[in-house]
Amino acid sequence: MPRPTANGRHPLEIALRYLMPALALLLALALWELAVRANSIPPYVLPSPLLILGTLVSDWEVLSVSLAVTLKTTALALLAAVIGGVLLAILFASARLVELSLFPFAVILQVTPIIAIAPLLLIYLEPETAVLVCAWIVAFFPILSNTALGLASVDHNLRDLFALYGAGRLKTLFLLRIPAALPYFLGGLRIAGGLALIGAVVAEIAAGVGGRGSGLAYRIVESGYRLNVPRMFAALLLISLAGIAIFAVLSLIQHLILRRWHESALQRDS
Amino acid sequence: MPAAARLPKNRSTSLAAFRAVGKTFPNGVAALDGLDFTIRRGEFLSLLGPSGCGKSTALRLLAGLTEPSKGRIVRSAVGAHEIGFVFQEPTLLPWATVAANVRLPLRLKGGVDDEATSRVDDALEMVGLSDFRDAYPRELSGGMKMRVSIARALVTRPQLLLMDEPFAALDEITRFKLNDDLLALWRRLDCTVVFVTHSVFESVYLSTRILMLTPRPGRVAEEFVVKAPEPRIGRFRTSPEYGAQCRRVSAALARVMREG
Repeated sequence: MPRPTANGRHPLEIALRYLMPALALLLALALWELAVRANSIPPYVLPSPLLILGTLVSDWEVLSVSLAVTLKTTALALLAAVIGGVLLAILFASARLVELSLFPFAVILQVTPIIAIAPLLLIYLEPETAVLVCAWIVAFFPILSNTALGLASVDHNLRDLFALYGAGRLKTLFLLRIPAALPYFLGGLRIAGGLALIGAVVAEIAAGVGGRGSGLAYRIVESGYRLNVPRMFAALLLISLAGIAIFAVLSLIQHLILRRWHESALQRDS
Repeated sequence: MPAAARLPKNRSTSLAAFRAVGKTFPNGVAALDGLDFTIRRGEFLSLLGPSGCGKSTALRLLAGLTEPSKGRIVRSAVGAHEIGFVFQEPTLLPWATVAANVRLPLRLKGGVDDEATSRVDDALEMVGLSDFRDAYPRELSGGMKMRVSIARALVTRPQLLLMDEPFAALDEITRFKLNDDLLALWRRLDCTVVFVTHSVFESVYLSTRILMLTPRPGRVAEEFVVKAPEPRIGRFRTSPEYGAQCRRVSAALARVMREG
């Protein structure tokens, strides 16, 4: 993940920042490959990196469909979490009574492990809907709590300024509170992106037999039953890459929105 | 800025007044008690006193941001939104450009839009920031941010400008420069300024009149009318008259603190 604010003094230092982790990773993979070959470890115990890569290519037809399913669930859950979390946060911010009444429910939903809720949801809902709801539940809370915190963290003098010029609630909300909450919301979004993927994976595993259009986690469980360990690793690799990609995209969005004005995007000399 | 050495007209008419005002906070702290004074049209009035004597509270009461617990504030001569307020910190919207920040009061009041751009330009020109209209607050120095804050307060052409220790956080060189600029603006705009400060030197340099408040609960302890040549720029700060008046006010402040 490139860090846009990290400003190395020498080009060499910047090169090292990317080169060193890449080298370390390559070295580890080479050792893994060597260990598997030297000890003739069978693939159903531990597949070598090259075999995993080969499986990824040969099984791409199956795996890509599963990847698309998991990514779609994650994206839909994240979208629903953004809409639900932001609207509820605005409702909380404008009506204290609603906040007092409903916030405990959001907390209960958050602290109850999703893996424990999933079987119940699978009874009540279609498997695909249940997976989506699980992913939504875990992604929703950080957006709600961060946005609510942001909406409440407005500078008091700025509030006074808005009151002085007779700004109503709507103008104060749109011109002051929502922009002030934006950095908090984006921080929550970045956490929620990773959590939505985790929620989707957990729910897929709980759902077990998925039949058509099953996600990556289901592929892992299924391949485990068949002792197809290389495919398990390949699916796992795809989940990791999806997580990294989600984090990178959300970080980029955050950087693009905040770079002009927010302290977090400040370029410093030292 | 070469401005005509004139005194604002109708100096004696009352613009606003505190009538036996008391303010007690919900936690039981009495910030003000029996505060009674009149603000005259066109004057530069300083409220001077130790920290925590209720000066800022008096300013917030005057702006209508909070209500008195006792007494009343007469504000009938000031129109509904004809008050400008400059806070201790610049208090800018960090996500908005300088021009958008200065425009904010016009946007909040809601009015004719085509006039707004020229008003923003005027306000920025007055504080010497025309070249920075597209900059973000983060990119400005402390003194420049405070200028933006002043431009924002002036953009509505307020009759009454309230300033709450606006220069307290700035270095001395910047503060002196802003003091002079503020005096020039006050003369040019013919508005009334109520300026809260805990600096004797700043209050004598800027004001036509100084009200010294007692420690909490604040009320008027003494009143000084500052005598200075008009326009009072630069040289006044090193003149014997200035020194003598500072000495007089300082002595009074020491007395108030002792008795308070």
